[in-house]
Amino acid sequence: MTKVTPLDTAYDPHRPDTGVLLEVRDLEVEFRMRSGTVKASNKVSYHVDKGETLAIVGESGSGKTVSAQAIMGIIDSPPGFVTGGEILFRGKDVLKMEEKERRQVRGDRISMIFQDALTALNPVFSVGWQIAEMFRKHRGMSKSEGFKRAVELMEMVNIPSAAERVNAYPHEFSGGMRQRVMIAMALALDPDVLIADEPTTALDVTVQAQIMELLAELQQQTGMGLILITHDLGVVAEVADRVSVMYAAEVVENADIGELFERPYHPYTEGLMRSLVRPDHKGGRLSPIKGSPPDLLAIPSGCPFHPRCDYAQDVCRTDDPPLRVIEEGRSSACHFAEVFSDA
Amino acid sequence: MTDTTNKPPTEAVLAPDVATPEVVPAGAPQRKPASLWSDAWKELRRKPTFVISAVIIVLMVVMALFPTLFTSVDPRDCNLLDALQPPSSEHWFGFDLQGCDYYSRTIHGARNSVAIGVVVTLFSTLIAVTLGSLAGYKGGWIDSVLARLADIFFAIPLILAGIVLLNALGSKSVWTVSAVLVVFGWPTMLRLMRSSVLSVRELDYVDAARALGASDWRIITRHVLPNGITPVIVYATITVGVVIAVEATLSFLNVGLQLPAISWGLMISVAQNRILEAPHLLFFPGLFLSVTVFSFILMGDALRDALDPKLR
Repeated sequence: MTKVTPLDTAYDPHRPDTGVLLEVRDLEVEFRMRSGTVKASNKVSYHVDKGETLAIVGESGSGKTVSAQAIMGIIDSPPGFVTGGEILFRGKDVLKMEEKERRQVRGDRISMIFQDALTALNPVFSVGWQIAEMFRKHRGMSKSEGFKRAVELMEMVNIPSAAERVNAYPHEFSGGMRQRVMIAMALALDPDVLIADEPTTALDVTVQAQIMELLAELQQQTGMGLILITHDLGVVAEVADRVSVMYAAEVVENADIGELFERPYHPYTEGLMRSLVRPDHKGGRLSPIKGSPPDLLAIPSGCPFHPRCDYAQDVCRTDDPPLRVIEEGRSSACHFAEVFSDA
Repeated sequence: MTDTTNKPPTEAVLAPDVATPEVVPAGAPQRKPASLWSDAWKELRRKPTFVISAVIIVLMVVMALFPTLFTSVDPRDCNLLDALQPPSSEHWFGFDLQGCDYYSRTIHGARNSVAIGVVVTLFSTLIAVTLGSLAGYKGGWIDSVLARLADIFFAIPLILAGIVLLNALGSKSVWTVSAVLVVFGWPTMLRLMRSSVLSVRELDYVDAARALGASDWRIITRHVLPNGITPVIVYATITVGVVIAVEATLSFLNVGLQLPAISWGLMISVAQNRILEAPHLLFFPGLFLSVTVFSFILMGDALRDALDPKLR
């Protein structure tokens, strides 16, 4: 084994100091329920820079959405509590902000789009009204000004005949169009950071690609930082600059996108890649990761991944490996990061 | 990044999606926006049960507001010589024991009955919607306190509470009767409102609104209330009818409005001693009462069907 450099603050030491927009440091979130306390975010750290796309990848229940909810302040409390860590937006901890200041940050500077745009739009108001609301609320515009801007935004996200459709209601739009409306709403105030929580999961594959392209394009235009939360490594490969892989409420691997696919440093990442459907594997069998993600109420001892890991050794059952730097820009939480990836 | 970023966005991004049928063809007339409410209205207008109940309710409300439109006879201008005369072509509903024109009294009786029904429902709904959304949205101890408080009132039967309180109060005007019915009427609606808010609160668009910077007040007024109030509106409509019936019951039991007030319940109460002798004394106020109550319940049903998108 090579020398271990422990990463005590998961604050990435490789990154230059300029352009950091949003940084999550050692975030801990607990859900206190009758059946016990669940740690849904265990010392999770990541950051996103200007114009950069960070993908957070993991299975359902890996806690990837929780940190985004913590950033936006939409964790249901109780049962959810942020118990530790910092969320720095341009160097200022949003968790310590007064409610009023925080409300000005969210929606305005940090915005979010959701998995299912049908349920994320209010069914009783027209989409134009809902987009215009952003301008009226945050910018004090009049109703007619707000609607004018709403039409512009709907054109920006490529909704055809926007001027006619501005008075239509969410249920009158198709899934892809609704997600475009949601994106228009989230981008209304030209935010610095956009969090996209599984933005394409509820959509057809063809529409998925369009939405991802739209997001990428809007990001180029605006230079915003994009945090893309997804379980789909295929999507990640197309748009992300950097990837953080999450497993059982922890970040288990950080990497630049190219390097990640070339050589994963965590068996879980490798497993995710093996279970991707790829054209060059035609005729062969998919090899999914055996077992299922752990119940966060009963996380296995030692490395949380060891019961599903092909490379597990005795030490994995007893010691939880810390996230450590493997090489420039890469870190992994595996005892045998270098060893297994050589195999 | 793929090469699409260099192309004009319109071509690159939306090709297949444009083909979906939702797209308005160029030059198509701008169509009126549809909302749950305007859809519901469209549906309601076609429903005979709604039309019938609406016509009756409007008629009763007009009768309550302007009784003189329907009769020029003073209900208190009585002549004992006419006592208990049965209906005739000149006096359609006959006369009561005091020789007052019974048609006029029935018409004038609408005011108190409808007033109590509307006032009680209005105030109970206001209390229930305010406290219910507070309890449902805020949760925690506020919810516990309000829900337990509602449970306590809920456990006391409306009629029993009315009898006890009104007996104790002594004064039995439209206002005191209404007040007692409000005090014991809001808990059911609060529970309804609370559960409705609880379910709406969990929906994504409430989270989305908060994530986009909306305040609690804004979330409640723009998102939770408009989406959660439907069951309460339906229930309130039915409640108007129920309250009118309860007022009649209380008056019949002699703890509601007192003579010389005119109300259907009171008329039925007076009529009970002479049912065989002068059945018209029971029949006409009873008919008006049941038709009104029935209309409100029918209206509530029609609203429920129209406002519930799942039943469409």
